[in-house]
Formats: sequence, C-alpha cells, structure tokens
Amino acid sequence: MALLEVKNLQVRVEEREILHGLSLTVNKGEVHAIMGPNGSGKSTLSHVIAGKPGYEVTGGEILFKGENLLEMSPDQRSSKGVFLAFQYPVEIPGVATMTFLRTALNAQRKARGESEFSTPDFLKKVREVAARLNIPQDMLRRGVNVGFSGGEKKRNEVLQMALFEPSLCILDEMDSGLDIDALRVAADGVNALRSPERAMVVITHYQRLLNYIVPDVVHVMSKGRVVKSGGKELALELEASGYAQFEDAA
Amino acid sequence: MAAVQETVDRVRRIDVDQYRYGFETVIESDKAPKGLSEDTVRFISAKKNEPAWMLEWRLEAYRRWLTMTEPKWARVNYPKIDYQDLYYYSAPKKKELASLDEVDPEILKTYEKLGIPLREVEMLEGVVRPEGERKIAVDAVFDSVSVATTFQKELKQAGVIFMPISEAIREHPELVKKYLGTVVPTSDNYFATLNSAVFSDGSFVYVPPGVRCPMELSTYFRINERNTGQFERTLIIADKGAYVSYLEGCTAPQRDENQLHAAVVELVTLDDAEIKYSTVQNWYPGNSEGKGGIYNFVTKRGDCRGNNSKISWTQVETGSAITWKYPSCILRGDNSRGEFYSIAISNGHQQVDSGTKMIHLGKNTTSRIISKGIAAGVSQNTYRGLVTAHRKATGARNFTACDSLLIGDRCGAHTVPYIEAKNSSALFEHEATTSKISEDVLFYCIQRGLSQEEAVGLVVNGFVKDVLQQLPMEFAVEAQKLISISLEGSVG
Ligand SMILES: Nc1ncnc2c1ncn2[C@@H]1O[C@H](COP(=O)(O)OP(=O)(O)OP(=O)(O)O)[C@@H](O)[C@H]1O
Ligand SMILES: [Mg+2]
Repeated sequence: MALLEVKNLQVRVEEREILHGLSLTVNKGEVHAIMGPNGSGKSTLSHVIAGKPGYEVTGGEILFKGENLLEMSPDQRSSKGVFLAFQYPVEIPGVATMTFLRTALNAQRKARGESEFSTPDFLKKVREVAARLNIPQDMLRRGVNVGFSGGEKKRNEVLQMALFEPSLCILDEMDSGLDIDALRVAADGVNALRSPERAMVVITHYQRLLNYIVPDVVHVMSKGRVVKSGGKELALELEASGYAQFEDAA
Repeated sequence: MAAVQETVDRVRRIDVDQYRYGFETVIESDKAPKGLSEDTVRFISAKKNEPAWMLEWRLEAYRRWLTMTEPKWARVNYPKIDYQDLYYYSAPKKKELASLDEVDPEILKTYEKLGIPLREVEMLEGVVRPEGERKIAVDAVFDSVSVATTFQKELKQAGVIFMPISEAIREHPELVKKYLGTVVPTSDNYFATLNSAVFSDGSFVYVPPGVRCPMELSTYFRINERNTGQFERTLIIADKGAYVSYLEGCTAPQRDENQLHAAVVELVTLDDAEIKYSTVQNWYPGNSEGKGGIYNFVTKRGDCRGNNSKISWTQVETGSAITWKYPSCILRGDNSRGEFYSIAISNGHQQVDSGTKMIHLGKNTTSRIISKGIAAGVSQNTYRGLVTAHRKATGARNFTACDSLLIGDRCGAHTVPYIEAKNSSALFEHEATTSKISEDVLFYCIQRGLSQEEAVGLVVNGFVKDVLQQLPMEFAVEAQKLISISLEGSVG
C-alpha cells in the first residue's frame, strides 16, 4: 500500500479552481521533489494535504496509509504522521519555542494514546536534536519564530520535523531564504531523517537543493496538474531549459 | 473567508455554560430581611457587634446614597437593578469560630472543590513542594462572613495584622478609624457609597514599619446564597518601609438571576512602602444566552501617600456578566510609582468596562499601564483609562500600552484613554493596538497537533504573557489555566 495516494484531486479557493485533477503516489522510503512555476498550485496541494481551512475539495480523494485523509481534522492528520514545513513559518509572540514544542509533541502523543514525555526526557531529546541542527539553546527560549532570521525559521521547521518523527514530511520551499551554509545544515538534518519507514515531498524551485537532498522521483507541476514525472535527471533538464516546454502539456 | 468562519463558530459553541465553579453549597444561613433601609444597615452593624461610630459612619453613607444616581457613562447595558429585591446580609449559620475545625464541613468542601488550600495541614503535607515555595495565608469570605483565616500565629510574630475587617473594627479601631474611607470616601460614587452603608466583611491588613510580610496574603470570595449581594470591604496599610503582596480570588455558583457584587478596596502606602495587589476574578459570567451572571461593580484605589512608595495592581478578569472596575493609584508622595497590569477576557455576552486612573500629584512620580483585552463571542470589551498630572507634579511620567485581540467578528474592543497634563514637564506615552487572532497562526499550531481550542488558548496566553509574569508564581499557573478555560471550555 502506498503511504500517500492523491487521486484526481480538484480543489477550489474562493470559487476559483486551482488544482484540476492532480494525481500523485508516494511510497514509504521515497523522496519526491515537486517543481513548477509560481502559482502552479504547489503550496495549495501541501495545504490541502495538511487540512488547512479555506480550500474546497470538489473532486478526487487523498488516501494516507489507506485511510481517507480528507475526513480527518488537521490535528488528527498531524498526530497520524503528516508534517508540513511551511513556506512562510509564522511568529507566535509570547509563546516560548520550548513550550510550543512540548505542548505540540504531547498533544500528538496524547492523540495516539501514548504517554506524555516527562520534563527531563523531553529536554534531553530537544537538546540532542537542536545540537545536531546547530540551533543554540537561547533560540529555544525565545518566542516561536519571533525575531528569527529566515534561516533560523527554516531550521526551526526541521527541528520540529526531527522531534515529531512524522511518517510523511512535506517541505514547502525550505531552501528559500537560506544561505549556502544554512542550506547544507538544514539539508543534512532532513537527510538524517530519511528512513525506509518515512517519505518526503520536497517542493522547490531550484535544482541546487536536490544536490543535497537527492530525490527518487521528480514531478513537474503546471497549472494545477502534474504534467511530467521522472528521475532526478528531470530536475537538471528543467534547470537547463525552464518550464516553457511543459506549459503546453498542461 | 471560510477559515475565519470556522474559528468563529468554534468559539461560539464554546460557551460560558462550561463554568467550572458553578456548584451551590447547601448550608443553613442567617439572612437579613430582604431589601434596603436604615433597619438593614442597623441589622448588619448589630450582627457584627460594631461600635457606635461605625454604625454612624454607615448610616451617613446610606443617607447619602439615597440622594445619588447610578452612573451611566460606562459602555455596559443592563436592566434596572431593584435594590429592594436583594438580600444585603447572609452568613453561614454557625459563626464566631475558635478554630478551623468548627467551620461547617460543607463550606470546607466548597473551598476544597475550588482548590483552595484552607487547611494548614494540607499545605504543610502537600506532595513534594518546590524548594523555597512561599506559604500563603488565606482568608476565606463566604457570602457576607469571613469563615477562616490561616497562619495567624506566624503573622502575629512578624507583627502583621491580617484579619476579617469586622474583627479589626472591634480589635484595632484606632487603625480602622484612621484609614477607612480616606482613599475611597463614602461619597465617592454610587456603588462605593452603597458598599459603605452595607459592607459585611472583607480583609484588613496592617504591616508595621520596616516589615516585609513573610508570606503572600490571600482572600477568596465566594457568593453562595441566592439573591444576595456581596459587599466586601478591604483595607490594606503598608506603614513606612513595609512590603506586602496580596492576592484575591473570586467565584460564584451558576444562577439564572443576576447577582450584585459591589466591593471597595483601599490601599495606603506610607514612605518607602510597597503593596502588590493581584486579583484573579472568575465570578459566574452568565450562560450562553446571556442569562444570569454577576454584576461586578467595584471601586479599587490605592494611595501612595508617602514618598518613594509604590502600588502595583495586577488583574486577570475572566468572569462576571458585567465588569465595571478601575483599580487606580493616587501618586501623592514624591517619587511614588503606580502600576496597572491587566488581562480582561470577555466571551459570550459578557461586558467589560475596565481600566485604571493614574493621578500624578507629587514630584517625579511615575506610572505604567499594560492592558490586554481579549474579546470573543458577542462580548464587548472596553479599556477606559485616565492619566493626569497636577500643576505641581513636575517630572511626571506615564507609559501606557493597550492591546486588544478579537476572536471572531461579532465582538467589540474599544480603547478610551483620557490624558490631562497640567504640568508642562509631564511626559505621557500612549500606545494602542487592536488585532484579530490570526488564522495562519492558529493553523500552524493545529498542523503541529494542537486542537483548535488548545491553539486559541496557547496564542492568547502568549498575547498576555507580559501581564501574567507580574503575578506571583502560584497564581500565574492558575490564571493561565483559567484563561484557556474561559476561552475554550475544553477542560472541566
Ligand atoms: N487564499 C487564496 N485566495 C485566492 N487565490 C489563491 C489563494 N491561495 C492560492 N491562490 C491562488 O492559487 C494559485 C496557486 O497558488 P499556490 O500558492 O499554490 O502556488 P505555488 O505553486 O505554491 O506558487 P509559489 O511557487 O509562488 O509558491 C495562485 O494563482 C494563487 O493566486
Ligand atoms: Mg508556494
């Protein structure tokens, strides 16, 4: 059984159809890259998978581990293992990052019927993960993403991914706003999470990221559909010749 | 947009019916006849074995009250109150207790349900206490009578007087006479004047010169009886160089009719003294249709009478159908300082009109106001504040920041600041913001596993953090929970 199966998905936002019958199958252990021009619907797809309100699904279905994902509330999806690293992570003033991580982790564990982490166990785990990602302790005491640089915000997303151990990670343009060094650190963090039990969907505009996180499959999206899929060499081809050749196919 | 709608619907469903403290305690009580007259005032005074001067003081207030009219300037609406349809005095039947053991077990059970550690034993036996945790002395007021005050011995050793005001009137008349009504005069306003006539109990605190009160002092107020008003009176004096931190908590049963609460609190600090006064107010707010709930019409004022003295008010207001409350500071002494930190949450049909007055009279006086208003449901939440500098108040400084957060689009937040500087050297700063709770922030939290309700609670607790930090630690945790409950109803 595939981990994620998106079948002929049609989505509207405020009366306008954005996704026009999109299909995508992701198996456990695989890393998929999705590339495509601005406005082609990449973020929309990631939001619909995560269950963000405001999108109307007018056709098709999404199965996650064989279950109907669209029937689950967004927090249920999260506790079942869907993780979305946002293109634009928000700031939550007054809520310390450490408090946020703990509240979220325990909420997920509770929803799965697991016991909550004790304070020492939790602190140990966070410190371990933070050290691996070069995240200083004082960043964890600050408000969630408040005053974080673009790179720090993205690293904070990877930190959460490492902490929550989801089975499906969707990374929406995690490379935007990162300098070369920060990109490498974040990509190493993501690579460390690759496992036969976990799949990743990496949304990006640039081949460069895929040098660090090498995908098994590359999809090209255009105008709300997947118009071509191939191996990692497809990304190189795109880098050389642009999206124009696929626009007609859409 | 649909996303906003979902939050609104959610909050709408989370109505105030989930009030956790809405139980009633069945005990026999001793009541004054219904209605208000000179006889009622005499009845209350007699019940309390008061000296003649106190009765005279009350009667004078009562006569003045008859000539006054209810204030109408606040942004609150309620049907006319029939003052003759209320009971002004209700006491649990057995009184004049020698020790806690004599307190009606039903009352003790009530406080237990409220999580108030009345019994010293429990406090001492409590499971592994964090190192250095402070003791808290508790005075509990049930309807009109103080039922139990703890830690008397230790306080006495320090020279601190902490007792029901009814007792202080008998035992320390010279102190009560010297200070009562000097901050909030009997003629101050309609509700304060009413209180002066019929107040039944409350707390009295006197901290002698140079003494730092060895523990937090705390009073819990509980309205239990039907149709009974609660008119407590609190008087706290910090003599020269003294310090005290005082906490107050309030709850009431769920009732269909509205109940009146008209308290007066007076604080006095002499030279170099400091009083920190914290309130967590959680009176019954009424049900989802706006039926029932407490009318909370309260006059709280502190007088920084001495030089270099300081008064700090911190309030977390989550309950009551109507809140009309402006804890204020008169900065009379030179270099004195006033602070007001407030969290006011309104949900359902609640109406809040609250704020502060900082009256700068002395030289180089400073004040700071941090107000956080959160409105949900169809509630109305108003911050009303006055900052004035007298002609002689050279070097007066004020900083005010008022932030409002709206949840949904059927509620309202309003900021009404009045500023008057009669001295050209005064420097007053005012900042105000109003924002809607962000759907993107909520979704971020929910994507990480929090339920919608937990997400709202977390975001709001972040919004009010600056004020929560002002509360003593024991109260901050309680307040944080209360904030989540009053907005979510997800617990209890
Ligand atoms: N809330 C919304 N209201 C109206 N239109 C929207 C909304 N969200 C997305 N759209 C539209 O849907 C289309 C797809 O947007 P989406 O953000 O999914 O693109 P994208 O592929 O992620 O683009 P980018 O590469 O720039 O991030 C765009 O035309 C966008 O304007
Ligand atoms: Mg996008």
